[in-house]
Amino acid sequence: MQLPFSYIVRNLAARKLTTALTALGMALVVYVFATVLMLAAGLQRTLVETGSDDNVVVIRRGSQTEVQSGIDRRQAAIVESLPGIATGVEGRRLVSKEPVVLISLPKRESAKPSNVVIRGVTPEGYALRPQVRIVDGRLPRPGTAEVIAGRSVANGFRGAGRDETVRFASRDWTVVGVFDAGRTGFDSEIWGDAEQMLQAFRRQGFSSVIFRLADGSRFDEVKAAIEADPRLTLEAKRETRFYADQSEALAKFITYLGTSISVIFSIGAVIGAMITMYASVAARTGEIGTLRALGFTRTAILTAFLVEALLLGLAGGLVGLVAASFMQAISISTMNFQTFAELAFSFALTPGIVAASLGFAVAMGFVGGFLPAARAARMKIVDALRAA
Amino acid sequence: MLVLRNLFRHKLRTLLTALGIVVAIASFGILRTIVDAWYAGANASSSARLVTRSSVSLVFPLPLTYAQKLRQVDGVESVAAVNWFGGVYISERNFFPQFAIQAPAYLAMYPEILLDDAERKAFYTDRQGAIAGRKLADQYGWKVGDAIPLKGTIFPGTWTFTLRGIYDGADKTVDTSTFFFHWEYLNESVKKAFPRRGDQAGLYVVRIRDPDQAAAVSQAVDAMFANSLAETLTETEKAFQLSFVAMTEAILVAIQAVSYVVILIIMAVMANTMAMTARERYAEYATLKAIGFSAPFVAGLIVAESLGLALVAGGLGIAITFPLAYAFADAMGSLFPVFFVSEGTVALQLGAALVVGAVAAAIPAWRAARIRIVDGLRAVA
Repeated sequence: MQLPFSYIVRNLAARKLTTALTALGMALVVYVFATVLMLAAGLQRTLVETGSDDNVVVIRRGSQTEVQSGIDRRQAAIVESLPGIATGVEGRRLVSKEPVVLISLPKRESAKPSNVVIRGVTPEGYALRPQVRIVDGRLPRPGTAEVIAGRSVANGFRGAGRDETVRFASRDWTVVGVFDAGRTGFDSEIWGDAEQMLQAFRRQGFSSVIFRLADGSRFDEVKAAIEADPRLTLEAKRETRFYADQSEALAKFITYLGTSISVIFSIGAVIGAMITMYASVAARTGEIGTLRALGFTRTAILTAFLVEALLLGLAGGLVGLVAASFMQAISISTMNFQTFAELAFSFALTPGIVAASLGFAVAMGFVGGFLPAARAARMKIVDALRAA
Repeated sequence: MLVLRNLFRHKLRTLLTALGIVVAIASFGILRTIVDAWYAGANASSSARLVTRSSVSLVFPLPLTYAQKLRQVDGVESVAAVNWFGGVYISERNFFPQFAIQAPAYLAMYPEILLDDAERKAFYTDRQGAIAGRKLADQYGWKVGDAIPLKGTIFPGTWTFTLRGIYDGADKTVDTSTFFFHWEYLNESVKKAFPRRGDQAGLYVVRIRDPDQAAAVSQAVDAMFANSLAETLTETEKAFQLSFVAMTEAILVAIQAVSYVVILIIMAVMANTMAMTARERYAEYATLKAIGFSAPFVAGLIVAESLGLALVAGGLGIAITFPLAYAFADAMGSLFPVFFVSEGTVALQLGAALVVGAVAAAIPAWRAARIRIVDGLRAVA
């Protein structure tokens, strides 16, 4: 025979302060746990969505990032003439040869400088990235010192807003538009005309060559062709893979640090639950004796106390999760270790994180409640009744 | 005496609460130490050193000719070219900082890098030679004479260096997980492969005669190169290091915030313990008041019990922070080159334990002090 559920709930309601404090402890742990996972998920989503599966990024072998890479014009021309590249409007090949550099700009709020990616793009560059839309202003005219800034850069850095000017490479560049790239990594970049950038930075070569595959499934052939060509010292990656790789270190760092912190913190919360449940058992010794005398089995008692602890954990988990879900409104901007450039991303709440957080909360309740529940179940009827 | 007895009335509960506080205070300490480690580079910097780099950003080099011009600036003692190498040792997981330096000038500017004379000589005479910090050498089991291959990410190709010395730090704030080799070797090889990229320095470290002149010298340097093809940005080494910290500030702020969350968690747990304890004893407190003890005395009993528990457990937490930090630094390897528990951290931990004890006692003490004798005697736990 089971004890009614309402009996369990009422026990929790009987000591409001204690229940609230215990649940609060667990809520804080779940809050930290969930926010950290959300941060890592947000970072990964931003960078994974930056790439498109049919696009290929070519950089110098071993250089890892576009900024460190260098491709001279001769090699870029060879890549451009490879078979298997898609053609766009007017029959032009969808290839963009881009110089990518970092400049340091002061942040709007703190005036502290941070590194921003400046990308020189060609008309094909826009065609390769259909997710980029101008939300304010217009596209830069080719051959001029005009640039457009991603939403995050425009909001976060001085001089990068619409109609403002940024100064780099001994020139003033007018920001004629702000673009939205659908919360991808491009939101943290400034774009201008590729040839203008090459001149301004006195570069002879490009940083990367990006092209669209005519047939996405033939990536391996194209990759092999590039990497086997003795004239080329380059490597090719699918754009999705390229950007996912760039989120790896930071996402791992956040996840590792966050999970270890959550696990250590949960010790505190579990102890809180244990204290509460032990007190709950001690205060109801007589009651437990009566229940046993009435014929409730040890299993029923064990279950009742365990469910009480699980409910406590669940309540804490829900509160923590609700608090964490508000974090979705916040966007974080920090330096990505791998690219050395500023990257803006936000907290992303995924179903997996909801499940993991609630599971974590219930597990804390279980661990905290098991020993006290076992003590309650082990009591001898006579002793328990006498204690009352 | 009564306080002590009270503490041991519920042995298990006291023990559990104490355990919670120990864990919380220790993890608070570790998190603070991680934040400190972030600032290690800035704290170890000298006010007599300036860093001159391209004003556009660190990825743009400066011409080698600037070195001579820098030396002519009033107040400048010596100049050394430095390049970030960014090579990969075996696999990308093995990250450690590598710098190409103009060795004699650079090492003379950093007296905190301790290298014995024989090793120093061997390093100076071998163009492909390199030196590594003690921590780095221990991590990979390097010995003097070992060949160390690095795959270049910025400078293509595989570069092999011979380890000629292992340096120690003058004190524990010195980063001993860095790898140094000859800038001249890098420059020559680069010149051969990419003539256009030769004779360029990533940045210059400048030693000045009088640290008070740092601002004036910086301005003089930047003014000299203003409107040139490579404008410079000169700042003190500390400001330079802090600019790196600022770039990852968001993460730092998060860790700091989280370190306070653990204190909040344990505060909730401890407040719960004290609330339960006090509730069970209302009858006793009423009795104490009935026989003439004042309300502040009764409240004092609870506060003393709470503070006593928090401080003893907090002390234990502080004590285990040290071995924990040691183990953590060991596990992290070169990610946190400088990692030790500072006095400031210990003071913060102690403060946190005090606050937890005081806050947890507040409501129960207030209630016990205000309780009416009749109600208290009637109360059931």
